[in-house]
Amino acid sequence: MLDEVPAIQFRDVAYSVRGVPVISGLNLRVRRGETLVLLGRSGSGKTTALKLVNRLLTPSAGEVRVNGVANGQDVVRLRRGIGYVIQEVGLFPHFSVERNIGLVPRIEGWPEAKIRARVAELLRAVGLEAKITSRYPHELSGGQRQRVGVARALAADPAILLMDEPFGALDPLTRDELQREFLSLQQRLHKTVVFVTHDLREALRLGTRIALMEAGRLVSVLSPEEFLRSTEPWVLAYVRAFGEGPQSSAIRGSL
Amino acid sequence: MNFIQYILQNRGQVLELTLEHLWLVGVSTLLATVMGVPMGIAIAHRRGLDKPVLAGANIIQTIPSLALFGFLLPVPWLGARADRLAILALTLYALLPVIRNTYTGIRGVDPAVVEAGRGMGLTESQLLFQVELPLAVSVILSGVRVAIVISVGLATIAAAIGAGGLGEFIFRGLAMVNNQLILAGAIPAALLALSADVGVGWLERRLRPR
Repeated sequence: MLDEVPAIQFRDVAYSVRGVPVISGLNLRVRRGETLVLLGRSGSGKTTALKLVNRLLTPSAGEVRVNGVANGQDVVRLRRGIGYVIQEVGLFPHFSVERNIGLVPRIEGWPEAKIRARVAELLRAVGLEAKITSRYPHELSGGQRQRVGVARALAADPAILLMDEPFGALDPLTRDELQREFLSLQQRLHKTVVFVTHDLREALRLGTRIALMEAGRLVSVLSPEEFLRSTEPWVLAYVRAFGEGPQSSAIRGSL
Repeated sequence: MNFIQYILQNRGQVLELTLEHLWLVGVSTLLATVMGVPMGIAIAHRRGLDKPVLAGANIIQTIPSLALFGFLLPVPWLGARADRLAILALTLYALLPVIRNTYTGIRGVDPAVVEAGRGMGLTESQLLFQVELPLAVSVILSGVRVAIVISVGLATIAAAIGAGGLGEFIFRGLAMVNNQLILAGAIPAALLALSADVGVGWLERRLRPR
């Protein structure tokens, strides 16, 4: 069987700031259509790893390949082909919902009618009413803002989606709702998703595989089931920190 | 209220000097904005450039205006016409508020918003014109407003080197110990400063991002 070209591949990637390593020796393949969760505590390097994919950061060593091609060329093209969702902020405060979602299609020069149709389609897809198109981000609730953020990332139909703690600032109920919607959206769209979180439950629920990071290194890449059974010390520590072993009903329920 | 009578009797001259005054202030503010905004953008983006440029603009600000007018007088092309010289001096003074506010405005844009824009594939110039400048515009305009108000006041001193403007009345009044004459220059100048302040302030509120 031919090994397919991974959607994203880290090859011996290191990243350091003024000589201090943030990430070192990172080797990781993200398969097409999977949701890979980068899990780890603050400072473990997961957000840095994400930003290396769309070249917001440049690796100090090694290379990141997107669809088999090193991502150093034409970064603007690269980024327009990758959806990017970040926590809460990131919507343009001076743009209406319609202009925020239509941003990439518009700079890509789509005709206006097509942009409008696309915005309406995306609003439906993320469960928002059409009437909010003329509102501004500060007039929306946290959950609505985050939905607009997801819609904006999906606007130009990118094959890859990078999500940096997108649901981190939401209340538990809204987060649960958005996680459920993410799963059903992903079942239809089959995007390649790299999802950063520090929340084990979110990782178990959304991820097809979980990559645990600690102090700039990749500890291991496991499926959610393997993750709970693993005897790897860092994995055990993470599971224990959430106060739940494999027997925990909360975790079993989320699988 | 004799000076009102005086203004009414000499309304032709008052109008002429007011227009001269407006010309000095208008041209110098325009020049300062055209130069200051790009400079402010440049130093907001390039770390290390900000301190020296702001310090330079600050130093200019500390030179007494009468001295600056005097210094520039012997410069060949400039010294030939007093209004040229006055406009250059006023432009130099107006630079600091414009540069500083542009710098502050751009630096004040939420870095997460800029990064989100960059992450979605906006080019640097799209980021500048669609994100940074629209979000900084009210701060930049308040710098322009300060520059105009400073210029209206300073431009009265330009009359000392023969550049005209409402300062003519003031200097004449000082020489003749005539308060009406001084007021005939000072009151219209104050009104100019006030209306510019209100006008640009209105624009500033209109353009403020929500």
